[in-house]
Amino acid sequence: MRVNVTVNGVAHSVDHVWPLESLLDFLRERVGLRGTKNACEQGECGSCSVYVDDVLVCSCLVAAGQVEGRSVVTVEGLAPGDGLHPVQQAFLDAGAVQCGFCTPGMVVAAHCLLAEDPAPDDLTVREELSGNLCRCTGYQKILDAVNLAAERAEAATSPGDGR
Amino acid sequence: MTTANSAGSGPVLRPSSWRGALLLRSEYPDAVPICGGTDIMVDINFGRARPTALLDLTAVEGIDSWELMEDGRTVRIGAGVCFTTIIDELGGLCPALAQAARTVGSPQIRNRGTVAGNLATASPAGDSHPVLLASWAAVEVESVRGSRMIGIDDFFVGPKRSALAPDELIRAVRVPAATGPQQFAKVGPRNAMVIATTSFALNLDAAGRRAGTGIGSAGPTPLRARAAEQMLTEALAGRWDAAGSVGASAADEFGALVAEAASPIDDVRGSAAYRRHALSVLGRRCLTWALADLEGAAAA
Repeated sequence: MRVNVTVNGVAHSVDHVWPLESLLDFLRERVGLRGTKNACEQGECGSCSVYVDDVLVCSCLVAAGQVEGRSVVTVEGLAPGDGLHPVQQAFLDAGAVQCGFCTPGMVVAAHCLLAEDPAPDDLTVREELSGNLCRCTGYQKILDAVNLAAERAEAATSPGDGR
Repeated sequence: MTTANSAGSGPVLRPSSWRGALLLRSEYPDAVPICGGTDIMVDINFGRARPTALLDLTAVEGIDSWELMEDGRTVRIGAGVCFTTIIDELGGLCPALAQAARTVGSPQIRNRGTVAGNLATASPAGDSHPVLLASWAAVEVESVRGSRMIGIDDFFVGPKRSALAPDELIRAVRVPAATGPQQFAKVGPRNAMVIATTSFALNLDAAGRRAGTGIGSAGPTPLRARAAEQMLTEALAGRWDAAGSVGASAADEFGALVAEAASPIDDVRGSAAYRRHALSVLGRRCLTWALADLEGAAAA
Protein backbone atom coordinates (compact mmCIF):
# COMPACT_ATOMS: atom_id res chain seq x y z
CA MET A 1 0.00 0.00 0.00
CA ARG A 2 1.00 3.61 -0.39
CA VAL A 3 1.54 5.99 2.51
CA ASN A 4 1.58 9.76 2.05
CA VAL A 5 3.14 11.56 4.99
CA THR A 6 5.17 14.66 5.78
CA VAL A 7 8.39 13.86 7.62
CA ASN A 8 10.45 16.74 8.99
CA GLY A 9 8.64 19.11 6.67
CA VAL A 10 9.23 17.02 3.54
CA ALA A 11 6.33 15.30 1.77
CA HIS A 12 6.87 11.60 1.14
CA SER A 13 4.77 9.23 -0.93
CA VAL A 14 5.99 5.70 -0.32
CA ASP A 15 4.75 2.59 -2.15
CA HIS A 16 4.84 -1.07 -1.17
CA VAL A 17 4.47 -0.41 2.55
CA TRP A 18 3.54 -3.58 4.47
CA PRO A 19 0.11 -2.97 6.02
CA LEU A 20 1.25 -4.15 9.46
CA GLU A 21 4.50 -2.17 9.33
CA SER A 22 5.24 0.12 12.27
CA LEU A 23 5.97 3.79 11.81
CA LEU A 24 9.39 3.01 13.31
CA ASP A 25 10.29 0.56 10.52
CA PHE A 26 8.74 2.90 7.96
CA LEU A 27 10.96 5.80 9.09
CA ARG A 28 14.13 3.72 9.25
CA GLU A 29 13.75 1.44 6.26
CA ARG A 30 11.56 3.38 3.79
CA VAL A 31 12.43 7.01 4.54
CA GLY A 32 16.03 6.25 5.54
CA LEU A 33 16.00 8.18 8.80
CA ARG A 34 17.95 5.98 11.20
CA GLY A 35 18.11 8.39 14.13
CA THR A 36 14.93 6.90 15.52
CA LYS A 37 16.12 3.74 17.25
CA ASN A 38 14.57 0.29 17.32
CA ALA A 39 15.07 -1.29 20.73
CA CYS A 40 12.10 -2.90 22.46
CA GLU A 41 9.26 -2.75 19.91
CA GLN A 42 6.74 -2.74 22.74
CA GLY A 43 6.60 0.87 23.90
CA GLU A 44 8.65 0.17 27.02
CA CYS A 45 11.83 2.11 26.26
CA GLY A 46 11.07 5.29 24.29
CA SER A 47 14.09 4.90 21.97
CA CYS A 48 11.76 5.34 19.00
CA SER A 49 10.07 8.53 20.27
CA VAL A 50 8.88 10.89 17.53
CA TYR A 51 6.19 13.50 17.12
CA VAL A 52 3.04 12.70 15.15
CA ASP A 53 1.08 15.93 14.57
CA ASP A 54 3.01 17.50 17.49
CA VAL A 55 2.17 14.65 19.90
CA LEU A 56 5.00 12.60 21.43
CA VAL A 57 4.55 8.90 20.64
CA CYS A 58 6.48 5.65 20.43
CA SER A 59 6.77 5.09 16.69
CA CYS A 60 6.94 1.32 17.22
CA LEU A 61 3.31 1.39 18.41
CA VAL A 62 1.94 3.39 15.48
CA ALA A 63 1.07 1.56 12.26
CA ALA A 64 2.60 3.25 9.24
CA GLY A 65 -0.83 3.40 7.62
CA GLN A 66 -2.12 5.45 10.54
CA VAL A 67 0.07 8.46 9.65
CA GLU A 68 -1.48 8.87 6.20
CA GLY A 69 -1.79 12.63 5.65
CA ARG A 70 -0.14 13.48 8.96
CA SER A 71 3.08 15.24 9.92
CA VAL A 72 5.92 13.40 11.63
CA VAL A 73 8.98 15.00 13.21
CA THR A 74 11.97 12.85 14.12
CA VAL A 75 15.18 13.66 15.97
CA GLU A 76 16.71 14.63 12.62
CA GLY A 77 14.06 17.33 12.24
CA LEU A 78 14.42 19.14 15.57
CA ALA A 79 16.99 21.61 14.24
CA PRO A 80 17.21 23.02 10.71
CA GLY A 81 20.00 21.81 8.45
CA ASP A 82 23.04 20.24 10.07
CA GLY A 83 22.82 22.40 13.17
CA LEU A 84 22.00 21.16 16.65
CA HIS A 85 18.91 22.05 18.61
CA PRO A 86 19.77 23.60 22.02
CA VAL A 87 18.50 20.40 23.67
CA GLN A 88 20.92 18.35 21.58
CA GLN A 89 23.75 20.77 22.41
CA ALA A 90 22.93 20.49 26.11
CA PHE A 91 23.12 16.68 25.93
CA LEU A 92 26.59 17.00 24.38
CA ASP A 93 27.81 19.61 26.85
CA ALA A 94 26.47 17.77 29.90
CA GLY A 95 28.01 14.48 28.79
CA ALA A 96 24.57 12.93 28.77
CA VAL A 97 25.55 10.42 26.10
CA GLN A 98 27.13 7.10 26.96
CA CYS A 99 26.46 4.38 24.38
CA GLY A 100 24.11 6.83 22.69
CA PHE A 101 21.35 4.40 21.82
CA CYS A 102 18.66 5.99 23.98
CA THR A 103 19.85 9.51 23.15
CA PRO A 104 17.67 10.30 20.11
CA GLY A 105 14.49 9.23 21.90
CA MET A 106 15.62 10.95 25.09
CA VAL A 107 16.32 14.16 23.13
CA VAL A 108 12.91 14.11 21.44
CA ALA A 109 11.16 13.46 24.79
CA ALA A 110 13.19 16.23 26.48
CA HIS A 111 12.40 18.57 23.58
CA CYS A 112 8.68 17.85 24.12
CA LEU A 113 8.96 18.32 27.87
CA LEU A 114 10.70 21.70 27.56
CA ALA A 115 8.26 22.89 24.91
CA GLU A 116 5.42 22.29 27.37
CA ASP A 117 7.23 23.32 30.55
CA PRO A 118 10.31 25.54 29.98
CA ALA A 119 11.36 25.41 33.65
CA PRO A 120 10.43 21.95 34.92
CA ASP A 121 11.25 20.85 38.46
CA ASP A 122 13.16 17.63 39.04
CA LEU A 123 10.06 15.51 39.65
CA THR A 124 8.46 16.76 36.44
CA VAL A 125 11.57 15.88 34.43
CA ARG A 126 11.65 12.39 35.94
CA GLU A 127 7.95 11.89 35.25
CA GLU A 128 8.05 13.20 31.70
CA LEU A 129 11.10 11.11 30.81
CA SER A 130 9.76 8.01 32.59
CA GLY A 131 9.01 6.33 29.28
CA ASN A 132 12.63 6.56 28.11
CA LEU A 133 15.10 3.96 29.33
CA CYS A 134 18.86 4.49 29.37
CA ARG A 135 20.39 1.04 29.40
CA CYS A 136 23.72 2.53 30.54
CA THR A 137 21.77 3.97 33.51
CA GLY A 138 23.32 7.38 32.89
CA TYR A 139 20.29 9.18 34.18
CA GLN A 140 21.93 11.86 36.30
CA LYS A 141 23.73 13.41 33.32
CA ILE A 142 20.51 13.24 31.34
CA LEU A 143 18.72 15.17 34.09
CA ASP A 144 21.67 17.61 34.09
CA ALA A 145 21.29 18.07 30.33
CA VAL A 146 17.60 18.88 30.60
CA ASN A 147 18.32 21.39 33.37
CA LEU A 148 21.14 22.91 31.32
CA ALA A 149 18.89 23.31 28.30
CA ALA A 150 16.21 24.90 30.47
CA GLU A 151 18.71 27.27 32.13
CA ARG A 152 20.17 28.35 28.79
CA ALA A 153 16.72 28.99 27.34
CA GLU A 154 15.80 31.02 30.41
CA ALA A 155 19.05 33.01 30.29
CA ALA A 156 18.53 33.71 26.59
CA THR A 157 15.10 35.21 27.20
CA SER A 158 15.75 36.92 30.55
CA PRO A 159 15.89 40.74 30.25
CA GLY A 160 18.12 40.92 33.35
CA ASP A 161 20.81 38.75 31.79
CA GLY A 162 24.34 40.13 32.30
CA ARG A 163 23.42 42.97 34.58
CA MET B 1 -10.64 6.30 2.68
CA THR B 2 -9.79 2.67 1.99
CA THR B 3 -6.26 1.80 1.03
CA ALA B 4 -5.77 -1.43 -0.85
CA ASN B 5 -2.52 -3.26 -0.37
CA SER B 6 -0.58 -4.10 -3.49
CA ALA B 7 1.19 -7.06 -1.85
CA GLY B 8 -2.13 -8.72 -1.12
CA SER B 9 -1.54 -9.38 2.57
CA GLY B 10 -4.38 -7.10 3.56
CA PRO B 11 -5.38 -3.51 3.68
CA VAL B 12 -5.38 -0.77 6.25
CA LEU B 13 -8.97 0.41 6.33
CA ARG B 14 -9.26 4.10 7.23
CA PRO B 15 -12.83 5.29 7.60
CA SER B 16 -13.33 8.99 8.19
CA SER B 17 -16.85 8.65 9.63
CA TRP B 18 -18.33 6.50 12.39
CA ARG B 19 -20.91 5.11 9.96
CA GLY B 20 -18.09 4.18 7.61
CA ALA B 21 -16.28 2.44 10.45
CA LEU B 22 -19.35 0.34 11.27
CA LEU B 23 -19.81 -0.65 7.63
CA LEU B 24 -16.18 -1.73 7.33
CA ARG B 25 -16.37 -3.58 10.65
CA SER B 26 -19.31 -5.54 9.24
CA GLU B 27 -17.72 -6.11 5.84
CA TYR B 28 -14.31 -7.13 7.23
CA PRO B 29 -14.99 -9.01 10.47
CA ASP B 30 -11.38 -10.24 10.59
CA ALA B 31 -9.94 -6.72 10.46
CA VAL B 32 -8.53 -5.75 13.85
CA PRO B 33 -9.61 -2.31 15.08
CA ILE B 34 -6.66 -0.09 15.97
CA CYS B 35 -6.65 3.30 17.60
CA GLY B 36 -3.71 4.06 19.93
CA GLY B 37 -2.12 0.76 18.92
CA THR B 38 -0.43 0.29 22.28
CA ASP B 39 -1.72 -3.28 22.61
CA ILE B 40 -2.15 -4.58 19.07
CA MET B 41 1.12 -3.21 17.69
CA VAL B 42 3.07 -5.10 20.37
CA ASP B 43 1.42 -8.34 19.24
CA ILE B 44 2.17 -7.51 15.60
CA ASN B 45 5.79 -6.49 16.28
CA PHE B 46 6.41 -9.75 18.13
CA GLY B 47 4.68 -11.88 15.50
CA ARG B 48 1.92 -12.97 17.85
CA ALA B 49 -0.76 -11.39 15.66
CA ARG B 50 -0.99 -11.29 11.88
CA PRO B 51 -4.37 -9.71 11.25
CA THR B 52 -5.51 -9.84 7.63
CA ALA B 53 -6.37 -6.15 7.91
CA LEU B 54 -6.33 -3.22 10.30
CA LEU B 55 -9.36 -1.02 10.86
CA ASP B 56 -7.75 2.30 11.80
CA LEU B 57 -10.12 4.47 13.83
CA THR B 58 -7.79 7.46 14.27
CA ALA B 59 -9.24 9.29 11.25
CA VAL B 60 -12.86 8.90 12.39
CA GLU B 61 -14.44 12.30 13.05
CA GLY B 62 -15.88 13.03 16.46
CA ILE B 63 -14.77 10.09 18.58
CA ASP B 64 -11.82 11.83 20.25
CA SER B 65 -13.90 14.09 22.50
CA TRP B 66 -15.90 13.70 25.72
CA GLU B 67 -19.07 15.41 26.92
CA LEU B 68 -21.18 15.78 30.03
CA MET B 69 -24.51 14.32 28.94
CA GLU B 70 -27.86 16.11 29.24
CA ASP B 71 -28.61 14.44 32.57
CA GLY B 72 -25.71 16.47 33.98
CA ARG B 73 -24.40 13.36 35.73
CA THR B 74 -22.89 11.12 33.07
CA VAL B 75 -19.56 11.68 31.35
CA ARG B 76 -19.53 10.18 27.86
CA ILE B 77 -15.96 9.50 26.82
CA GLY B 78 -15.47 8.92 23.09
CA ALA B 79 -13.57 5.84 21.95
CA GLY B 80 -10.64 7.91 20.69
CA VAL B 81 -10.04 9.94 23.87
CA CYS B 82 -6.50 9.25 25.06
CA PHE B 83 -5.37 8.93 28.67
CA THR B 84 -3.53 12.27 28.51
CA THR B 85 -6.83 14.02 27.78
CA ILE B 86 -8.48 12.21 30.70
CA ILE B 87 -5.70 13.41 33.01
CA ASP B 88 -5.83 16.98 31.68
CA GLU B 89 -9.60 17.40 31.51
CA LEU B 90 -11.46 14.87 33.68
CA GLY B 91 -9.67 15.12 37.03
CA GLY B 92 -12.70 16.93 38.47
CA LEU B 93 -15.57 14.88 37.06
CA CYS B 94 -13.91 11.46 37.16
CA PRO B 95 -11.07 11.75 39.68
CA ALA B 96 -10.31 8.02 40.05
CA LEU B 97 -10.28 7.51 36.30
CA ALA B 98 -7.78 10.37 36.03
CA GLN B 99 -5.73 8.79 38.83
CA ALA B 100 -5.70 5.48 36.99
CA ALA B 101 -4.83 7.24 33.72
CA ARG B 102 -1.77 8.79 35.40
CA THR B 103 -0.46 5.29 36.13
CA VAL B 104 -0.74 4.11 32.53
CA GLY B 105 2.63 3.46 30.88
CA SER B 106 4.50 6.66 30.11
CA PRO B 107 3.69 10.02 28.50
CA GLN B 108 4.14 8.45 25.06
CA ILE B 109 1.71 5.62 25.89
CA ARG B 110 -0.83 7.94 27.54
CA ASN B 111 -0.78 10.13 24.41
CA ARG B 112 -2.05 7.17 22.37
CA GLY B 113 -3.82 4.67 24.64
CA THR B 114 -7.56 4.94 25.25
CA VAL B 115 -10.12 3.67 27.76
CA ALA B 116 -12.03 2.06 24.88
CA GLY B 117 -8.86 0.24 23.83
CA ASN B 118 -8.35 -0.90 27.41
CA LEU B 119 -11.88 -2.32 27.29
CA ALA B 120 -11.50 -3.93 23.87
CA THR B 121 -8.34 -5.72 25.01
CA ALA B 122 -10.21 -6.68 28.20
CA SER B 123 -7.05 -7.64 30.06
CA PRO B 124 -7.61 -8.24 33.78
CA ALA B 125 -4.73 -5.77 34.25
CA GLY B 126 -6.26 -2.88 32.26
CA ASP B 127 -5.73 0.21 34.42
CA SER B 128 -9.16 1.71 33.65
CA HIS B 129 -11.17 -1.33 34.62
CA PRO B 130 -11.25 -1.15 38.44
CA VAL B 131 -12.46 2.45 38.22
CA LEU B 132 -15.11 1.62 35.61
CA LEU B 133 -16.41 -1.13 37.89
CA ALA B 134 -16.38 1.08 40.98
CA SER B 135 -18.24 3.81 39.05
CA TRP B 136 -20.87 1.48 37.54
CA ALA B 137 -19.88 2.60 34.05
CA ALA B 138 -21.52 1.38 30.86
CA VAL B 139 -19.99 0.64 27.49
CA GLU B 140 -21.75 2.07 24.45
CA VAL B 141 -21.23 -0.33 21.54
CA GLU B 142 -22.55 -0.16 18.02
CA SER B 143 -22.74 -2.18 14.81
CA VAL B 144 -24.67 -1.84 11.57
CA ARG B 145 -27.42 -3.74 13.43
CA GLY B 146 -27.80 -0.93 15.96
CA SER B 147 -26.36 0.24 19.23
CA ARG B 148 -26.62 -1.13 22.77
CA MET B 149 -25.32 -0.42 26.23
CA ILE B 150 -23.35 -3.09 28.06
CA GLY B 151 -23.20 -2.62 31.82
CA ILE B 152 -19.63 -2.89 33.04
CA ASP B 153 -20.51 -5.94 35.17
CA ASP B 154 -21.52 -7.80 31.99
CA PHE B 155 -18.63 -6.60 29.84
CA PHE B 156 -15.71 -8.77 30.96
CA VAL B 157 -16.42 -12.45 30.28
CA GLY B 158 -12.94 -13.98 30.61
CA PRO B 159 -9.21 -13.26 30.34
CA LYS B 160 -8.93 -10.86 27.39
CA ARG B 161 -12.51 -11.69 26.40
CA SER B 162 -15.39 -9.25 26.40
CA ALA B 163 -19.09 -9.21 25.53
CA LEU B 164 -18.31 -7.28 22.34
CA ALA B 165 -19.78 -9.02 19.26
CA PRO B 166 -17.54 -9.57 16.22
CA ASP B 167 -19.24 -6.83 14.22
CA GLU B 168 -19.39 -4.29 17.04
CA LEU B 169 -17.16 -1.34 17.87
CA ILE B 170 -16.96 0.56 21.14
CA ARG B 171 -18.32 4.04 20.46
CA ALA B 172 -17.92 5.50 23.94
CA VAL B 173 -17.73 4.75 27.65
CA ARG B 174 -20.32 6.29 29.95
CA VAL B 175 -18.97 7.03 33.39
CA PRO B 176 -21.18 8.55 36.10
CA ALA B 177 -19.48 11.69 37.41
CA ALA B 178 -18.17 11.41 40.96
CA THR B 179 -20.56 12.51 43.70
CA GLY B 180 -18.12 11.80 46.53
CA PRO B 181 -14.51 10.81 47.13
CA GLN B 182 -12.85 8.34 44.79
CA GLN B 183 -9.48 6.64 45.04
CA PHE B 184 -7.34 4.40 42.84
CA ALA B 185 -4.18 2.59 43.87
CA LYS B 186 -1.88 0.27 41.98
CA VAL B 187 1.07 -1.90 42.96
CA GLY B 188 3.99 -2.59 40.62
CA PRO B 189 7.79 -2.71 40.60
CA ARG B 190 8.23 0.94 39.66
CA ASN B 191 6.22 4.12 39.32
CA ALA B 192 6.04 4.16 35.52
CA MET B 193 5.74 1.67 32.67
CA VAL B 194 4.12 -0.89 34.90
CA ILE B 195 1.49 -3.52 34.25
CA ALA B 196 -0.32 -3.72 37.57
CA THR B 197 0.66 -6.51 39.93
CA THR B 198 -2.69 -5.66 41.40
CA SER B 199 -4.85 -2.56 41.62
CA PHE B 200 -7.95 -1.30 43.38
CA ALA B 201 -10.52 1.47 42.96
CA LEU B 202 -13.03 2.83 45.46
CA ASN B 203 -15.96 5.13 44.72
CA LEU B 204 -17.99 6.65 47.55
CA ASP B 205 -21.21 7.53 45.74
CA ALA B 206 -22.55 10.15 48.14
CA ALA B 207 -25.61 10.84 45.97
CA GLY B 208 -26.56 7.16 45.81
CA ARG B 209 -25.44 6.47 49.39
CA ARG B 210 -23.45 3.45 48.26
CA ALA B 211 -19.86 2.30 47.83
CA GLY B 212 -18.42 0.91 44.59
CA THR B 213 -15.23 -1.11 44.16
CA GLY B 214 -13.08 -2.62 41.45
CA ILE B 215 -10.10 -4.99 41.56
CA GLY B 216 -7.51 -5.33 38.80
CA SER B 217 -4.93 -8.04 38.03
CA ALA B 218 -6.20 -10.48 40.63
CA GLY B 219 -8.55 -12.76 38.74
CA PRO B 220 -9.48 -13.93 35.24
CA THR B 221 -11.35 -10.64 34.77
CA PRO B 222 -11.46 -7.37 36.66
CA LEU B 223 -13.61 -8.01 39.73
CA ARG B 224 -16.06 -6.27 42.00
CA ALA B 225 -15.68 -6.80 45.77
CA ARG B 226 -19.37 -7.15 46.53
CA ALA B 227 -19.13 -8.06 50.20
CA ALA B 228 -16.77 -5.15 50.79
CA GLU B 229 -19.19 -2.79 49.05
CA GLN B 230 -22.08 -4.04 51.16
CA MET B 231 -20.12 -3.80 54.40
CA LEU B 232 -19.02 -0.25 53.63
CA THR B 233 -22.44 0.91 52.42
CA GLU B 234 -23.90 -0.33 55.72
CA ALA B 235 -21.10 1.18 57.79
CA LEU B 236 -21.67 4.55 56.12
CA ALA B 237 -25.46 4.49 56.46
CA GLY B 238 -26.48 7.64 58.35
CA ARG B 239 -22.84 8.74 58.59
CA TRP B 240 -22.16 10.27 55.18
CA ASP B 241 -21.80 13.65 56.92
CA ALA B 242 -19.84 12.23 59.85
CA ALA B 243 -17.37 9.88 58.21
CA GLY B 244 -14.92 10.29 61.08
CA SER B 245 -17.09 7.97 63.14
CA VAL B 246 -16.34 5.09 60.76
CA GLY B 247 -13.36 3.71 62.63
CA ALA B 248 -10.04 2.20 61.65
CA SER B 249 -11.38 -1.28 62.38
CA ALA B 250 -13.90 -0.77 59.58
CA ALA B 251 -11.02 0.02 57.21
CA ASP B 252 -9.25 -3.20 58.26
CA GLU B 253 -12.43 -5.23 57.76
CA PHE B 254 -13.00 -3.56 54.39
CA GLY B 255 -9.44 -4.41 53.26
CA ALA B 256 -9.89 -8.03 54.30
CA LEU B 257 -13.14 -8.29 52.34
CA VAL B 258 -11.48 -6.78 49.26
CA ALA B 259 -8.71 -9.39 49.48
CA GLU B 260 -11.31 -12.16 49.88
CA ALA B 261 -13.09 -11.07 46.71
CA ALA B 262 -9.95 -11.58 44.63
CA SER B 263 -9.14 -14.76 42.77
CA PRO B 264 -5.46 -14.29 41.96
CA ILE B 265 -2.88 -16.62 40.46
CA ASP B 266 0.90 -16.89 40.74
CA ASP B 267 2.56 -15.39 37.67
CA VAL B 268 5.62 -13.42 36.59
CA ARG B 269 4.32 -10.21 38.17
CA GLY B 270 3.57 -11.61 41.61
CA SER B 271 2.28 -14.50 43.67
CA ALA B 272 -1.36 -15.04 44.53
CA ALA B 273 -0.55 -14.64 48.22
CA TYR B 274 1.24 -11.34 47.61
CA ARG B 275 -1.65 -10.05 45.53
CA ARG B 276 -4.17 -10.90 48.23
CA HIS B 277 -2.05 -9.20 50.87
CA ALA B 278 -1.50 -6.14 48.69
CA LEU B 279 -5.24 -5.86 48.04
CA SER B 280 -6.01 -5.88 51.75
CA VAL B 281 -3.57 -2.99 52.13
CA LEU B 282 -4.83 -1.09 49.07
CA GLY B 283 -8.43 -1.54 50.19
CA ARG B 284 -7.69 -0.24 53.67
CA ARG B 285 -5.57 2.59 52.33
CA CYS B 286 -8.08 3.75 49.70
CA LEU B 287 -10.88 3.71 52.28
CA THR B 288 -8.80 5.64 54.81
CA TRP B 289 -8.02 8.30 52.19
CA ALA B 290 -11.62 8.44 50.97
CA LEU B 291 -13.02 8.80 54.49
CA ALA B 292 -10.62 11.64 55.16
CA ASP B 293 -11.80 13.28 51.93
CA LEU B 294 -15.41 12.78 52.97
CA GLU B 295 -14.79 14.24 56.40
CA GLY B 296 -12.95 17.18 54.85
CA ALA B 297 -15.86 17.80 52.49
CA ALA B 298 -18.35 17.70 55.40
CA ALA B 299 -16.22 20.15 57.42
CA ALA B 300 -15.83 22.57 54.51
